[in-house]
Amino acid sequence: MTLNVPRIPILQIENFLVASIQTELHDKTAIHFKDDLLQRIYDTKARGLVLDLTAIDVVDSFIARIIGDVAEMAGLMGALVVVTGLQPAVAITLVELGVEMRGVVTALNLEKGIVRLRKLVADDSDVTQPDVRLGETDPAHP
Amino acid sequence: MAESKRVLVHNDLDIVSARVEGRNLAKRLGFGVIDQARIATAISELARNLVLYADGGQISLQALEAGGRRGIQIVCSDEGPGIADIDLVMQDGYSTQRGLGMGLPGTRRLMDEFEIESQVDTGTTVTIRKWLN
Repeated sequence: MTLNVPRIPILQIENFLVASIQTELHDKTAIHFKDDLLQRIYDTKARGLVLDLTAIDVVDSFIARIIGDVAEMAGLMGALVVVTGLQPAVAITLVELGVEMRGVVTALNLEKGIVRLRKLVADDSDVTQPDVRLGETDPAHP
Repeated sequence: MAESKRVLVHNDLDIVSARVEGRNLAKRLGFGVIDQARIATAISELARNLVLYADGGQISLQALEAGGRRGIQIVCSDEGPGIADIDLVMQDGYSTQRGLGMGLPGTRRLMDEFEIESQVDTGTTVTIRKWLN
């Protein structure tokens, strides 16, 4: 008998996705959430995701890894991830645990997260040519 | 006032139960919010090891009182395969094939005291303590 794992709601604002985790994050919930999120990024072609962790008071190495994975996979799909609402106790614990969450940009709260995301996406769209072209020397450093 | 509680851990739901119980006890004992997070995280790491590596086990939570100080003790034990090389798993960066570590060095950093006993084919017991200042 399988339990119906409650899904975390994922909302769309402009061309971003927003997910606010309000319940206790069991492992299975976290894994389903990761799958749902990536599918939604693909379906909506979202350019960014705000992941709000305000209600989370414990992030252990497993959950941290899921968040890191989400950021990495979302990046592969062309979406930028901003994590918001990280409680100070959680931030301290993550550092002391020695967990790295690579590729994760943070902001204080949901509103600042969206502002940050808009800017990151705008900056990202400005890049139309690569900085270095093969076969040419960089004039600044001949 | 020797408060104590035992949590059986066999799946991911139990991991959450264990850390919630741990956090509640820590709060009742007077630990601040940050120490509550440290304790809950340490319990979560140990409980996860029970599920991942030992096919379940149990966690006991106890209030401590010694030399006028109060604290919390968590004993996490299993009858799993045991750890052949304890020094190895206590190294930062150690990970199994699945890329997951056992979170033990991190757990030790979060707590004041850390003890581990393990015997291959018999099981493992990890004891951690944190004291109120």
